[in-house]
Amino acid sequence: MPDLPPPPDAALIRARGLTKRFGSFTAVDAIDFDVAHGESFGFLGPNGAGKTSTMRMIGAVSPRSDGELSVLGLDPELAGPSIRARLGVAPQQDTLDTELTVRENLVIYGRYFGLSRAECGRRADALLEFAQLTERAGDPVEPLSGGMKRRLTIARALINEPDLLLLDEPTTGLDPQARHLLWDRLYRLKQRGVTLVLTTHYMDEAEQLCDRLVVMDKARIVAEGSPRELIERYSTREVAELRFPAGIQDSLDGQLDGLAERVELLPDRVLLYADDGEAAAVAVHQRGLRPETVLVRRSSLEDVFLRLTGRSLIE
Amino acid sequence: MTASSLPLTGLFRLGSRRARFLVERNIYVYRRTWIVLFSGFFEPLFYLGSIGFGLGALVGTVSGPGGQPISYQLFVAPALLASAAMNGAIAEGTFNFFFKLRYNKTFDAILSTPLSPGDVAVGELVWALIRGGIYAVAFIVVMAILGLVVSPWVILAVPAALLIGFAFGGVAMAATSFMRTWQDFDLIQLVILPLFLFSGTFYPLDAYPEALRVVVQLTPLYQGVDLLRSLVVGHLDGSLLVHVVYLAAMGVGGLLVVSRRLDKLLLK
Repeated sequence: MPDLPPPPDAALIRARGLTKRFGSFTAVDAIDFDVAHGESFGFLGPNGAGKTSTMRMIGAVSPRSDGELSVLGLDPELAGPSIRARLGVAPQQDTLDTELTVRENLVIYGRYFGLSRAECGRRADALLEFAQLTERAGDPVEPLSGGMKRRLTIARALINEPDLLLLDEPTTGLDPQARHLLWDRLYRLKQRGVTLVLTTHYMDEAEQLCDRLVVMDKARIVAEGSPRELIERYSTREVAELRFPAGIQDSLDGQLDGLAERVELLPDRVLLYADDGEAAAVAVHQRGLRPETVLVRRSSLEDVFLRLTGRSLIE
Repeated sequence: MTASSLPLTGLFRLGSRRARFLVERNIYVYRRTWIVLFSGFFEPLFYLGSIGFGLGALVGTVSGPGGQPISYQLFVAPALLASAAMNGAIAEGTFNFFFKLRYNKTFDAILSTPLSPGDVAVGELVWALIRGGIYAVAFIVVMAILGLVVSPWVILAVPAALLIGFAFGGVAMAATSFMRTWQDFDLIQLVILPLFLFSGTFYPLDAYPEALRVVVQLTPLYQGVDLLRSLVVGHLDGSLLVHVVYLAAMGVGGLLVVSRRLDKLLLK
């Protein structure tokens, strides 16, 4: 933590027209966003939307192709080492040092930041506790489970007590139990006032962790707001999900019109967007239609994404 | 970042003191696997036993630097030290470096800290040199025990061996940064083996016809062999300075290339 915390409204990250090109391919196309101190900010979008490229530019390990970017008030192009000294980075792919033990991974990483050996040792022990890895301190990294490796990666990112923690797909590939444990740890960091920036293609993760998020699709930002705002703005309160027997769905043509504010036909199911999903489901039956299953649920960011892009988030 | 397009900035950035943390990391790794470090110590000793003393018994004396006759063991020992310095640096600069670069993702993680690609390049090379320096000292101690230390100039053989390591380590890392698969390393073997065999390592250069002699004198390991041999027998002249400049240029060139390549590979 810095000695003098910046005022709460100061933007830790500010991007204007931020662009990343790889040859003729544009990975990030002129995006604007601000991240405030103490905020938990998310990039939600499918694979290939440009989230990781954006994170790498923020992390001062990838030069921008165009636009403006300021991280912690500094230009990553000019002040890479000073910015990185105050960041914690948990990349999408684990980059743990397989030639070192669990504890050594933390200690050596702290040394890269110029911390004394004694300080690295103290922090490593506290972080092992935080990541629930104390019993594995002397073990090699390779046999750890996916969830343990992610926790170690995040613990490692915290060794320099960063002002800003960047998490790229923090729970991708983890089982539900491991995800919940990780969410709990991230929530505790948020409580302590650490600014989190994360990418995810899980809407439940975004809803759990993000105060505010941007939805990215095809290198651009298509919407911005809190999870609740986005759902209110782009979806209805509830959704009725209908599954019809094979073949029936294609012949529904027009028969669902007027039953809901919006009807979305997906390959495997039909979504009726309505403030009262139960009523919409009843109306379907009254028209003589017989879906195999009916599920009424609250709208989620998945629905927001579908509305904004016409595609489902996880394909 | 893009600053590396300016060679001057690149050179300047090679100087960061943070490179030492990478050396520390490697010490941690080898603390557990120190036994593998012995291979580099025994390799030149085995050659010295087999070729120096076995074959040397048949050879007797040969003409050393400056033309004076010296024992075959004294002739071959410094050349083996030079080759070992080369081999050790190349082993670190190829296989170990490639593993960390492409598989262990060691450097990707490190670049999220204040360290830069230049620090990584320097740190790796310094580590290879520390390792090489330990071998050189150990080998010279063995030479002393075997009665092969005849000149006080032998003391300079240690920094000279480090210079050879610097030269070949830098170039090996630069070459490795262009490698895509483990198979590409066969090419390196194809370069090392003839260097080892034909650089005046086992017999004086006058065994070659004039034209070939000039070619050998231009190759890199010859610089190291002649440098070490001259220091060990205490025959110093201006040509040694040429060797030093040649090897130093190799090392600096290699470092500049590898640090720019790391920029390109890791800071996409």
